[in-house]
Amino acid sequence: MEANDMAKQLTIPIDSSRPVISIRGLRRSFGDLQVLKGVDLDVYHGETLVVLGRSGSGKSVLIKIIAGLLRPDAGSVRVLGKDITRLDTKELQALRTHIGFSFQSSALYDGMNVRANLEFPLVRNKRHLSSGQIDAAIAKVLDDVGLSQTLYQMPSELSGGQRKRIGIARTLILQPEIMLYDEPTAGLDPVTSVEINDLINEVQERYHTSSIVITHDLTCARAVGDRLVMLSEGQFVRQGSFEEVFETDDPRVKNFYNYNFITGP
Amino acid sequence: MNLGRFFLRIYAIWQFIRRFFKEVFLPPYEYREIINQFFQVGIRSLSIITLTGFITGVVFTKQSRSSLAEFGATSWLPSLIAIALIRALAPLVTALIIAGKVGSNIGAELGSMKVTEQIDAMEVSSTNPFKFLVASRILATTAIVPVLALYMGFVGLMGAYLNVHHNEQTSFAAFFQNAFNKITFLDVWVLLLKSAVYGFTIGVAGCFNGYNADQGTVGVGRAANTAVVISMFLIFIEEMIIVQLVNYFKHGG
Repeated sequence: MEANDMAKQLTIPIDSSRPVISIRGLRRSFGDLQVLKGVDLDVYHGETLVVLGRSGSGKSVLIKIIAGLLRPDAGSVRVLGKDITRLDTKELQALRTHIGFSFQSSALYDGMNVRANLEFPLVRNKRHLSSGQIDAAIAKVLDDVGLSQTLYQMPSELSGGQRKRIGIARTLILQPEIMLYDEPTAGLDPVTSVEINDLINEVQERYHTSSIVITHDLTCARAVGDRLVMLSEGQFVRQGSFEEVFETDDPRVKNFYNYNFITGP
Repeated sequence: MNLGRFFLRIYAIWQFIRRFFKEVFLPPYEYREIINQFFQVGIRSLSIITLTGFITGVVFTKQSRSSLAEFGATSWLPSLIAIALIRALAPLVTALIIAGKVGSNIGAELGSMKVTEQIDAMEVSSTNPFKFLVASRILATTAIVPVLALYMGFVGLMGAYLNVHHNEQTSFAAFFQNAFNKITFLDVWVLLLKSAVYGFTIGVAGCFNGYNADQGTVGVGRAANTAVVISMFLIFIEEMIIVQLVNYFKHGG
């Protein structure tokens, strides 16, 4: 498939008057290393935003702050209208039921089979559900990710692509409004990567989510992104459509493009 | 490790323990995971505790017999063994076995979950990983080690009885009457109390090192290793302190 053919086709309307995530002046350091140096960002309802950047550029730190896994040193992070830096533990837990996080390593619970992995967030956050409703919810998300046959398999018995899909299914079971994908195609072969890209688009269509996708894979960025931002040395250096981002002579952006194995725009 | 880092670590452990006491009493309670951990710590350790307890009883009896025989006092064997088992050997040996078996397992399991982002995954799915993983495990070790220590004491006495019966033809009733003659309720309470302290120590050491593991697979190995070494070291320190305290209260200093 040509790279240009991979541009995202399926989209729900983006409502640019409704930012679901709004970040201002975000700073975060680890010891003497300043990873984020005053980042501003808006993600709108229905949008899939791709954050590009080299390894160690702070992409994962950014979404871990959005999910409340890391605390920023300075700045505000409003998610669905709430500043996560000011929420107490209970409020943060309540907000997290609206946020899905797909980890780079899939982060499936090794000691539990697929069913138990999917059941885990559901029984803790929707305690009123009957066992029949839980079974139906599990069957639906497994069907949505195309892995109905894996219900009683252990994570160790799944392939890398299947683990990614189950990881995504586990987040979808709570029907989140926002999806955060950390390197969704990392470590996957090209065919499986395309399948995961398609799944990200299908999730947005079916669940009407707004998403942030962290990646350094330009094929993935082109396939899923409505808008791209490029993070370099702790700041966003470019943003726009795929073509807009890479129509520049900025060496930080050009080098990043040239080292990816896709045909030019 | 320099002195500053050492005190920072002590402070972090203190905070960890404080958090445990805060989380363990607050709902929601992870009943299923607590029962699962009781099973993992208790039932899965039963065979090794049975074996070591029985061997301890037999070996200690055989080793003591010759010394007592020199004074014609082999009839004291049951009470001597009972005192040794209930006051010292059963809680100490049980704790050391559980530290090696369960403590290392907790350190490795939580460490592996930490470095593969499974703990983060629990957190973003609005589950409190500390309550689910840490509180349940510390609760299980604290509650189960006393039960296992009491069980080991019983199995050890059974081993001792078989040996004494074989050599001195002592009856079951006479052996246990003689054995319990010197054992008081205080001895049993102290066994339960100090075993609970050891269990708590094993749980905290395993969970703290696993929950704070870093640096990938190296960190997992280190967490498991540190959990065992630290808990064994602390168990001996605690044994010394508890013996001093018990003697102080028993004999008024």
